[in-house]
Amino acid sequence: MSETLPKNNIFKVIGASSLGTLIEWYDFYIFGSLAVIIGHQLFPEDAGASALINTLAIFAAGFIVRPFGALVFGRLGDLIGRKYTFLLTLVLMGGSTFLIGLIPSYKSIGYAAPVLVLILRLVQGLALGGEYGGAATYVAEHAPKNKRGFFTSWIQTTATLGLFLSLGVIVITKNILGAETFGDWGWRIPFLLSILLVVVSIYIRMKMHESPMFSKLKAEGNVSKNPLKESFNNKANFKMVLLALFGATMGQGVIWYTGQFYAQSFLENTCKLDFNDSRYILLWGIAFATPFFVIFGAWSDKVGRKWIMLSGMLLGIVFYRPIYQAFLDDTDFSKVEQSDILSAKTAPSSAVLIANTADSLRTITTKVQLKNGASYSVVKTDTVSVQQGIRSGTEIVKDKVLPTPIFWKFVGLIFFQILLVTMVYGPIAAFLVELFPTKIRYTSMSLPYHIGNGVFGGLVPFIATLIASFSGSTPLSGLWYPIGIATLSLIIGTIYLSNKKDESIND
Amino acid sequence: MNTIKKFLGLIWMILGPVAMTFLFIQAVEKVGLTHTDIERTNTMLQWGIILFIFLPISLGLMIFGFYAWRGEYDHLPQNSEEI
Repeated sequence: MSETLPKNNIFKVIGASSLGTLIEWYDFYIFGSLAVIIGHQLFPEDAGASALINTLAIFAAGFIVRPFGALVFGRLGDLIGRKYTFLLTLVLMGGSTFLIGLIPSYKSIGYAAPVLVLILRLVQGLALGGEYGGAATYVAEHAPKNKRGFFTSWIQTTATLGLFLSLGVIVITKNILGAETFGDWGWRIPFLLSILLVVVSIYIRMKMHESPMFSKLKAEGNVSKNPLKESFNNKANFKMVLLALFGATMGQGVIWYTGQFYAQSFLENTCKLDFNDSRYILLWGIAFATPFFVIFGAWSDKVGRKWIMLSGMLLGIVFYRPIYQAFLDDTDFSKVEQSDILSAKTAPSSAVLIANTADSLRTITTKVQLKNGASYSVVKTDTVSVQQGIRSGTEIVKDKVLPTPIFWKFVGLIFFQILLVTMVYGPIAAFLVELFPTKIRYTSMSLPYHIGNGVFGGLVPFIATLIASFSGSTPLSGLWYPIGIATLSLIIGTIYLSNKKDESIND
Repeated sequence: MNTIKKFLGLIWMILGPVAMTFLFIQAVEKVGLTHTDIERTNTMLQWGIILFIFLPISLGLMIFGFYAWRGEYDHLPQNSEEI
């Protein structure tokens, strides 16, 4: 059966499965990549930091419901088959992403805007919860013996490539339309574009056949009657679900989302890097690191999954703080000497009346260019009062553009973080597939995967930003969340997991 | 190794409620620090989400600890047939 599948057929299976999963990840990620802009669109203009946190909360809501999607669609996948289930998830994901692109702003419909986006975001989360487990199971059940890690690692690349695609589409759209138009309505284009991608993927997936193992199970009349009950009411299986969650996916999730999402959020919101610069850095890092998903996936077929994944966690625990400290140090322009400055141009000031007063806010922006190629903007906001004159306000340094050597240093640091992602994530699909039997595999592997990634991982930007906003905290305080979770998972994984390579999953 | 697995089970069983208590105290403290109604609503929403999702997970950690204490992880299934 799977062992005799011709090589070109297995690559068709991988290609068709991966394309759909890639698009689902793209849909899911554009929301996170546009969090700041969406925050301005969905919430009142004076919401400030709370708009970002609330947008991240909506973003996080999509992650939180992923385990529920895993239960709903995992059950369907074990009852009616893998193929039709992940066709359904693709339609739901594409439809809800397209509709997010059509939601009017807060200015037009008030708080209905965030509520509608929240509902669509929940549908996205449910769909993704059903998609990934299906794709991983489908490919693993086609994969030849001893190459399960290698073949499923192609599915693993889609999550990172989905982020790459979303960043690429955002950067290109923004460059074509200009920053102002993009912030106004251009941000909707990446969402609307999704419908085209989904139509192509549905067409390809319609041509796919059902997984051979599931077909065999169905022909023999051995399909599970109640996958949820068999997965979680059976102690022998449930204890493996718990072990997979606490010993692997929990740590894997925080390493993944720290490297790919918190890093971007940190560079943009804490280091105040220029929008394009922060995305280019991430794009390069992803481009260099992505092949390692396949390398580590294939290697895990030879040496086992456990130690590769746990090494990725250990390296994250050890190196996160030095890496993020380097981000802070290299973007600290507060010690710039006058002799370092090539030019400083101040734009004409703008003033906005403060509601219900005769006072106004005056903003003065100075664009500073340094001799080493770096640049940044200093934005000073003063209050102009009729009675008290000018009250000096805060000064914010933003839109930092890095000099070339530092830019590539940052690419290297992001590359290293994504390399850790490839270590923990490359072998995980094969690891999970091998833990559970065919008839309840979709359900059983999906739940720990989506709690680990959706809840623990997906909440990294939200919780880390929240921790960093506490009084007395430092910009690096948010890192204690991923470091703590990864440490717990590393200890549990080291002590309780075995390094077995299950050769037969046909049961 | 089985003894370590067993005794660490006790720690996981304790860690679940300790983590939830810590989160609950944090939530009460942070909501108490808010000054305006909208800020309070936002903070309650954020911490409500955190408590809602981590409560079942901490329960899961307790069950995991209980299984470990009972020696359920002394022998792991070597293939899916053992499940």
